[in-house]
Amino acid sequence: MSPRLIRAAADATGRRPDRPLHLTVDGEPVTGIAGQSIAGVLLAAGRTSWRTARSGAPRGVFCGIGVCFDCVLTVNGAPDVRACRRRAVDGDVVITQSRADGSTDGAAGGGRMTLRQVVVVGAGPAGLAAAASTLAAGAAVTLLDAAERPGGQYHRMLPEEYGAARPGRLHHGWAAFERLRHRVLGHPRCTWLAETAVWALERPEPGCPGPPLVHTLTGPADGTDRPRRTLAPDALVLAPGAHDRVLPFPGWELPGVYAAGAAQALAKGERLAIGDDVLLAGSGPFLLPVAAALLEAGAGVRAVLEANPPATVARGWARRPWELAEQPGKAAELAEYTALLARHRVPYRMGRTVIEARGKGRVEEAVTARLRPDWSVVPGSEVTVAVDALCVSHAFSPQLELPMAAGCALLRSPTGEFVAVDGDQLTSCPGVYAAGEITGIAGAPAARTEGALAGWLAGGGDPAAPALRRVRRNRDRGRAFAARLAAAHPVGSAWPGWLRPETVICRCEETDYGALCRTATEEAGAAPRVTKLATRAGLGPCQARICGPTVAELTARLGGSPPGRPADGLPVAAPHRRPLAQPIRLGELASTPDHPDPSEPDTKESTA
Amino acid sequence: MRTMYGTRVVVLGAGIVGAACARELALAGGFQVTVVDRGGAAEATTAHGEGNVLVSDKGPGPELRLAQLSRRLWPEALAAIADGPAGSARAVRAVEWDPKGGIVVATTEAGADGLHRFAADQRAAGVRAEPLDAAALAAAEPHVTRDHTAALHYPEDAQVQPAAAAAALLGDALAHGTTLRTGCEVLGARTRGGRLTAVRTTEGDLAADLFINAAGPWSGRLAARLGAPVDVRPRRGDILVTAPLPPTVFHKVYDADYVGAVGSSAEDLQTSAVVESTRGGSVLLGSSRRRTGFDDRLRPEVLSAIAAKALRLFPGLAGVPVMRAYGGFRPYVPDHLPVIGADPRLPGLWHATGHEGAGIGLSIGTARLLRDLVHGTEPEIDPAPFRVDRPAVLGAPAPSEESV
Repeated sequence: MSPRLIRAAADATGRRPDRPLHLTVDGEPVTGIAGQSIAGVLLAAGRTSWRTARSGAPRGVFCGIGVCFDCVLTVNGAPDVRACRRRAVDGDVVITQSRADGSTDGAAGGGRMTLRQVVVVGAGPAGLAAAASTLAAGAAVTLLDAAERPGGQYHRMLPEEYGAARPGRLHHGWAAFERLRHRVLGHPRCTWLAETAVWALERPEPGCPGPPLVHTLTGPADGTDRPRRTLAPDALVLAPGAHDRVLPFPGWELPGVYAAGAAQALAKGERLAIGDDVLLAGSGPFLLPVAAALLEAGAGVRAVLEANPPATVARGWARRPWELAEQPGKAAELAEYTALLARHRVPYRMGRTVIEARGKGRVEEAVTARLRPDWSVVPGSEVTVAVDALCVSHAFSPQLELPMAAGCALLRSPTGEFVAVDGDQLTSCPGVYAAGEITGIAGAPAARTEGALAGWLAGGGDPAAPALRRVRRNRDRGRAFAARLAAAHPVGSAWPGWLRPETVICRCEETDYGALCRTATEEAGAAPRVTKLATRAGLGPCQARICGPTVAELTARLGGSPPGRPADGLPVAAPHRRPLAQPIRLGELASTPDHPDPSEPDTKESTA
Repeated sequence: MRTMYGTRVVVLGAGIVGAACARELALAGGFQVTVVDRGGAAEATTAHGEGNVLVSDKGPGPELRLAQLSRRLWPEALAAIADGPAGSARAVRAVEWDPKGGIVVATTEAGADGLHRFAADQRAAGVRAEPLDAAALAAAEPHVTRDHTAALHYPEDAQVQPAAAAAALLGDALAHGTTLRTGCEVLGARTRGGRLTAVRTTEGDLAADLFINAAGPWSGRLAARLGAPVDVRPRRGDILVTAPLPPTVFHKVYDADYVGAVGSSAEDLQTSAVVESTRGGSVLLGSSRRRTGFDDRLRPEVLSAIAAKALRLFPGLAGVPVMRAYGGFRPYVPDHLPVIGADPRLPGLWHATGHEGAGIGLSIGTARLLRDLVHGTEPEIDPAPFRVDRPAVLGAPAPSEESV
């Protein structure tokens, strides 16, 4: 079957009013309900794909949160709009796309020089906590997020149009989130900029201390003629979060194969169940809340497959059990998910994963296999399962383009690169703090603690304040938890054994593994930048957000030349370097930025 | 001094100029060539350019003669490489050689007059420059502004994918016995009797008979480390890259202002519109020129200025998303001429640098000229204008490590 909307009367979050809205999609009328994203309307109308890649292969939703650019279409004449992020508006004219054919004054501070101005990027658990403690420190805060409502992916809110009477049914810690949201957004020193994307960070002149200027665009996701703003904060807190890291496998580009976060976002944010025969595969405890969200939405979950064998997971978690006990919220949450899976008779299997997806135009079968601890396939253990959707998450990729644009140093860990911070959440750049998943994957409670510490110090709060002792202690526990999580759910080094020469690595440009192997082993073209230009891996619309870490790992293993020495003016090629942090339309780029007066917040979320 | 393997040559820099020089010498025979680079091959200035092989932006003079020689040699070299060892045909396909032609558009009356005079001089120097009337321009470029005063078509202009072009040249050099050493930074000189006999590097000393400075924007600093400073400085350029589009731009289309900007020496920002498509479907939008040392910070006002100028040429692109911006450094010499030849102050040291924004196109002609000078044979074009001991190269104070 196809994805379907939970019936309004059966919605556990309360009966929805379901006000219809009418779109024209490629000339055909399509009906949705107010509040849905365009992707939500299309999926609920039974379409799993609407774009064609360069090869003519069909594409639909993959990441579900605006990272992969797979679902782009043309809305009211504007091309390349991410369907998963754009709210559908009655009368929208949608056309699907194919690639087959061919200076700055202080926004902040003007007139109110005495008040310290902090900009917080990202309104998820870390960003919201940072904004709250910045306000507590007495400073003014501008909180911005690309989404229409705060909460991030963790507390992804239902659209207001859904009129949910019991939205908390879908969330942990909802009441506390609601209190915090109202306190922060309703605060007179808080400016809330919804639907605001940071497209560039402009570092100050060498030798000038202080954070970068923040260049923003405000308006519907991937809209046109969105007004530009330039913010000049005294301190900047970066809390952009992370997205699923999905390792490539044959068939992962088929419609119906979703990053696990997409399945969760569609269930929690759109009330859409992606299928009746869904297989979840990958690694980490995040698979459990995704399974819970799918079950709650009425999807049929066949199994949850954890790639790591029990011994790896047990060793990672059990080494210092008292550290786990100090994350009581997380332990209770996990116990709850486990009970839910048992109630629905969903098996949780360890040491097994999906190594191939098959189907004509969309996923119809998954091949699963038993894995050794290094994730190599045990020969003969392959089983083919009929599925109508597949959700995959092997790890998380922190969203590092903004920290990199600010010039923050990164820290390499066995699970990937993260922003290096000191004991105060301060990055290597003066005035730039980092909080949440970009410093390490540890879940929402740890992100909140980091945000609280970063926000307080960014806001000029006393670093010796007694209350900080507890915050720092909790933050340290969060870091220990992150280390445990990484040890219990590592990515096995033998995963490239799943790949075939024709397996797509870069989804945008359809670069396959064979092309990557050929180029990375040619001496004259082995430098990372040159490999990228030659294979086009990472040059497409998502700008290597999905394939970047994978390509970097594969080319290093293939014997590509070691990373060059950093030189003046020549930063080392890095998979997360995206000086334009978000796409900006040429007309918007040519326009002059506005300079808002921060004392007159122009956007206030209704706190009703 | 010759060894049994021939003259030992160390090419300093594995960008496109170094790659082309290594190839010419390797093919000439009698040379044992090693290419060294601080980073990886072709990953600095070469990987950050547009891949121009242009005659249209050059007025009569030595640089145009070098451009014309290069334009003739490019297809010959690619054909020769394609006939080489297995895999070479693929390397040549990756070069994306595209003799698409250039179209220069003036949007003011003064610009039109200047463009017509410039083209008349070019024609006298053997450049094909064909006037386009409004209908012909609309047929050639349907999306270009109707608001123009003159347009010229330069059928000889071509484009390559620059990193792939360098890889193809270097790959051919390697196939002919050249050695590549990456991640090897030159720290200083070893001399004997006033002659450069070896370079000190992070990987130990490298002895040779000839050293060719092909370090692009870093060649001023490198030459200073070797004790023979040349005034080559970085001049930054930025490029915008759009999301993939259906075919929209068919030639290299640029504003007549571009010629003025290329020839200017101003330190402050110069922008002029240069618009062209790539094989991947993206449109590249340039260009800017700024002398700010090796400052690689993103400057939104520069990107805005490029966007505004590009929209003057192609107003219909306003709704197109820009997905990436990148910048690089061009090797700038105050008189805008490359530096090619032996350094009279330090025997054993040669230079092949200073091509500013034209190095991709001029690399191959530069290598041919250098080969002839090394051999002592008569070059096809007069090398004197490019000589090292001219005032623009040696006259200015030597750039120190701090000031470049």
